[in-house]
Amino acid sequence: MSLNIIVLAKQVPDTRNVGKDAMKADGTINRAALPAIFNPEDLNALEQALKLKEQYPGSKVTILTMGPARAAEIVREGMFRGADGGIVLSDRAFAGSDTLATSYALSAAVRKIGDFDIIIGGRQAIDGDTAQVGPQIAEKLGIPQITYAEEIINADNGEVVVKRRIESGVETVKAKLPLVVTVNGSAAECRPRNAKALQKYKYAAVPSEVAADEAKKEFIEKRPYLSIGEWSAATVDADLAQCGLAGSPTKVKSIENVVFTAKEARRIENNDEELETLIKELIANHTIG
Amino acid sequence: MADKNNLIVYCEYEDGKVADVSLELLTKGRQLADKLGIKLEAVVAGDNLKDIEKQILPYGVDTVYKFEDSRLFPYTSLPHSSILINLFKEIQPRIAFMGATSIGRDLGPRVSSALHSGLTADCTSLEIGDYTDAKTGTEYKDLLYQIRPAFGGNIVATIVNPECRPQMATVREGVMKKEAVDSNYKGEVINMEVNKYTSPEDFVVEIIDRHVEKSKVNLKGSPIVVAGGYGVGSKENFDLLYKLADTLGAEVGASRAAVDAGWADHDRQIGQTGVTVRPKLYIACGISGQIQHIAGMQESSIIISVNSDPEAPINTIADYVITGKIEDVLPKLIKYYKKNSK
Repeated sequence: MSLNIIVLAKQVPDTRNVGKDAMKADGTINRAALPAIFNPEDLNALEQALKLKEQYPGSKVTILTMGPARAAEIVREGMFRGADGGIVLSDRAFAGSDTLATSYALSAAVRKIGDFDIIIGGRQAIDGDTAQVGPQIAEKLGIPQITYAEEIINADNGEVVVKRRIESGVETVKAKLPLVVTVNGSAAECRPRNAKALQKYKYAAVPSEVAADEAKKEFIEKRPYLSIGEWSAATVDADLAQCGLAGSPTKVKSIENVVFTAKEARRIENNDEELETLIKELIANHTIG
Repeated sequence: MADKNNLIVYCEYEDGKVADVSLELLTKGRQLADKLGIKLEAVVAGDNLKDIEKQILPYGVDTVYKFEDSRLFPYTSLPHSSILINLFKEIQPRIAFMGATSIGRDLGPRVSSALHSGLTADCTSLEIGDYTDAKTGTEYKDLLYQIRPAFGGNIVATIVNPECRPQMATVREGVMKKEAVDSNYKGEVINMEVNKYTSPEDFVVEIIDRHVEKSKVNLKGSPIVVAGGYGVGSKENFDLLYKLADTLGAEVGASRAAVDAGWADHDRQIGQTGVTVRPKLYIACGISGQIQHIAGMQESSIIISVNSDPEAPINTIADYVITGKIEDVLPKLIKYYKKNSK
């Protein structure tokens, strides 16, 4: 049985390299100022999808991402690693979305795609760490969810068996398709790019990336497999009241760069005498020993 | 049915015990409910609940909603979500808390989506305060401030839900303190009819195997923690932390950057998205001190920072600052501890 698989992926700012201009005055993230990467756990999710594709020949993997046009990089990266294509959901109306407004928009896009058996995403994105969008999409689509997945073992006869890693141990669960699975960082790493796929999809693009270049535009039009979908709020029939800031019940009241109240720290020189004195002190006041 | 507009905590329950994180949230919930002049409620769903209220009421809980059914344990998303969604529609809580556990983080988003109410994950502080919408000028009194480090821990954000109810938040274990208020606190216990709140289709996800593993790492209970960050530099240097920890009888923790670098397992991560610790002594090795890390260790009694960067932000909250390389300082600490301890 072949499967239609949607992989939810997010292009995220690399939060390990954050500069001072990372935040805008309104408290939202200035994504343009930051290096953008494939959200790590979404790569784990992609691997599970590609594994299913191998297990069930004829399966199709579609990457779905929400973001600016440059998020097409994520779809291309996915295609280089084995996905069949993808869609960038992009609209100014989505700006400032919290998790609920994000899941609304993405679930509208999933409805537009229509035919799917399983939606796989990373457990959480490193820029928010909320782990909320996966379950919220499942709720909006009225289907079950399996979170904290470490391995999708099989998907036979319309049922999926998934190993979950949770705080208290390991669970193996079985559920009917369709459903949403979110994958942990402890799952198998994503395979690297495939040279053939890289060659094939190098020029894949969303329409706005090639809008100014007639030659490229024509080149892609002749090769439909290079066309990455670029959908707006209107394409997915989204209700604008539920999108972006307007559709977000949570508001950012304030953002602070915290300044710690400095203690009077004692400077210990890195030499034998001072370190031994410190250890003796800590032993004497029963902090250690 | 009880009155509306109160503060409710979803309590996790396994092996006859209410989870610590739930009791911590009840403690915080009682404080906030007092401030707002509202009741504190608890909801628990599971099997074999027996007299579970005895564990819950002492935290000053006014109403316990008990949903008992063998199919409610082990936890699965749909029936627990249905219970909360339908219960919340009925009792319209003003505020709802749950643990930022693999259960709470599975359940919370689903409930918030169904009720279109805002949910903030992994809060490190919860307060009550006012809010004025900058655009409309509308004033809101007594909202829940959901405070959390965001954006990889580079900033701290205060989030509010002005319009939607309940205002929902998840909090990790160990972040709030657990303190019962009165062992004889009188509250009402309501046995709920599970079938009224769930449908048979909610039970489609079947748990075919469950293997409970006790975590080998006990960071929360350890009086001394030796923690490493990205500044440790290598996995080999990280082994020095284990040596020092072995010598001192300590547990080893790590910052997120060190976990991401593959030097330590996820269950050793200290910080907002990891474990919160309050040891007697915290030795921070090569940790720069991002807010998201500080949130998980700032209440340590004594903090020693070992860092080659004399200006590392963590030094501002440290009691002792040793400027030097890990591979230099740690062997000396080990040597002088061995020499001076009996």
